[in-house]
Amino acid sequence: MVSKAEAKDTKKITVAHEEIETPWTLMKKRFKKNKIAMSGLYIFILLLLFVILGPIISPYDANTMDYASTNIGPTMSHFLGTDELGRDYLTRIMLGGRVSLMVGLFAVIISVIFGSLIGGIAGYYGGKMDNLMMRITEIVSSFPFLPLAISIQAVLGTRVPADYKMYITMMVIGLLSWPGLARMIRGQVLSLRELEFMHAAKALGLSDSRIVVRHLLPNTLAYIIVYSTLGMAGAIMSESALSFLGLGVTPPTPTWGNMITYAKDLFVLKSRPWLWIPPGLCILLAVMSINLIGDGLRDAFDPKS
Amino acid sequence: MLKYIVKRLLHMIPVMLIISICIFGIIKLTPGDPVGANLNPKSTAEQKQAERARLGLDKPIPVQYARWLTRTIQGDFGESITYKKPVGDVIGTFIWNTFLLNVVEFIIAFIISIPLGIMCAVKKYSRFDNFWTVFSLFGISMPSFFFGLLLIYLFSVKLKIMPVSGMVEAGTKNTGLAYALEVGHHMILPGFVLIMSSLASLLRYTRNGMLEVLSQDYIRTARSKGLNEKVVVYKHAFRNALIPIVTLIGFYIPGLFSGAVILESIFRWPGLGLVMIESISARDYNLMMTMLIFLAFLTLLGNLLQDIGYALVDPRVKVE
Repeated sequence: MVSKAEAKDTKKITVAHEEIETPWTLMKKRFKKNKIAMSGLYIFILLLLFVILGPIISPYDANTMDYASTNIGPTMSHFLGTDELGRDYLTRIMLGGRVSLMVGLFAVIISVIFGSLIGGIAGYYGGKMDNLMMRITEIVSSFPFLPLAISIQAVLGTRVPADYKMYITMMVIGLLSWPGLARMIRGQVLSLRELEFMHAAKALGLSDSRIVVRHLLPNTLAYIIVYSTLGMAGAIMSESALSFLGLGVTPPTPTWGNMITYAKDLFVLKSRPWLWIPPGLCILLAVMSINLIGDGLRDAFDPKS
Repeated sequence: MLKYIVKRLLHMIPVMLIISICIFGIIKLTPGDPVGANLNPKSTAEQKQAERARLGLDKPIPVQYARWLTRTIQGDFGESITYKKPVGDVIGTFIWNTFLLNVVEFIIAFIISIPLGIMCAVKKYSRFDNFWTVFSLFGISMPSFFFGLLLIYLFSVKLKIMPVSGMVEAGTKNTGLAYALEVGHHMILPGFVLIMSSLASLLRYTRNGMLEVLSQDYIRTARSKGLNEKVVVYKHAFRNALIPIVTLIGFYIPGLFSGAVILESIFRWPGLGLVMIESISARDYNLMMTMLIFLAFLTLLGNLLQDIGYALVDPRVKVE
């Protein structure tokens, strides 16, 4: 039993807790008020449940072939029919979603690591270091993204087993997409560098790496979070485009992008639309919901814009 | 100003050089022997060796790079094995198809998006604004290849009112106006996909730019002077909102010459995007390399034009 006095105390503490409005709680409040962003969040959660729980609930295994029932149309037992190997298509789409979202997530993680470190170093050290880092950024940002990604995939494609293509795709997308973030972080760090807490950090004799990682980058966290959300939407798009061209993740690993490849066959395009429209709608929903969340986060962090 | 432009152009040279080294390296890593593609399969080892020597492939890679670079600077991009023509001629032929599609799309997208973006900003959070905000988000989130396929399915396969692909019907005998109409008819679907995606981003851009200007103090001053709202919006605010838009045009112009790879390959539009992707699947190295360099150059040029645009339009931007 909790004594009365203690109960009173806990109450007091919660009240005090509510009174403190840290930037984070303020941000959460603003985000929750934003109906469009919240609907994006709900759609995304539903989609996540669909791809994570879906294959577990589904009575079919996404990779089990059934030659007795290949290429059947939508029926009550197979909601989206089966593919040319008799695999249940709905389960394939769920599994494909896992891969698509994973590739998007890891590509963005790679991009954030590079972008924030390079931007942070450039802004913090300035001078020659800044020049060098920004020159590298400029070079990477002027690579034509899709053609170069296609060429790299074409080069590596024949040397790498199909299972590893997923990782290569993540790397390619991540390594080509960090310059935007690097520029933004650099700009932020340049202005943060002049603030008083930086003088304090230096006066305390902290090492450079500690200052950059523990004091500068956390202050740019809002930017990094918004960037990673919008970046993930972009990465999912890039992955689907590459896989659609047959130069990203390739079968037997399913992704939403390479499942749309069926539509390249005019017969499938015409008479079996359930093979290519559902994965396309999944990409649209995923990208759109993540973009909605990203926009909502940006507005929540920065109410001015 | 002139000094600034010259400086920026000189600045581009080392960047281009490094990009060219990266691209050359990637191409050199590509598996497959270019000698095998040129000769018939029965050729002997000596013949292959002679062909290697003729192409300079027996030299170390830095030497090969230097040779390739000097040739490229002189405007000799080698021969395309798919088209059996010099690469420069191939690009020169297809670039205009890409340009035609892009320029029409660009003009339409700008004409629609700028007034629309301003209206959205003026009526911020109204039903009108919300509709277009959701619309542009939809446009940004729609994968172009999926949208293209949907349009083909709907208009070409089901309704049969649009051609499936290409720029003209196979073996067309139309000339003059009929030919132009035929091309125009083929342009509608790919053009629509392009307009959708650029309209979405231009709309957001204009709306945000206008909103930023409208929240500034001088606009409040203008309003408190009792000026007509129309004068405030179109005379005072619009001029400043125009700055980012004009610079965006500078950024877009070089892009008019670079083909949208996926879009062109879905609609089989005979532009540079299609040439690019086919050069990769055909392992047409000379063509592939030149295209990559060309696209990188266009990106750099776009950035340069954007910065110059800033300095020209906005007197507050100081050129250093």
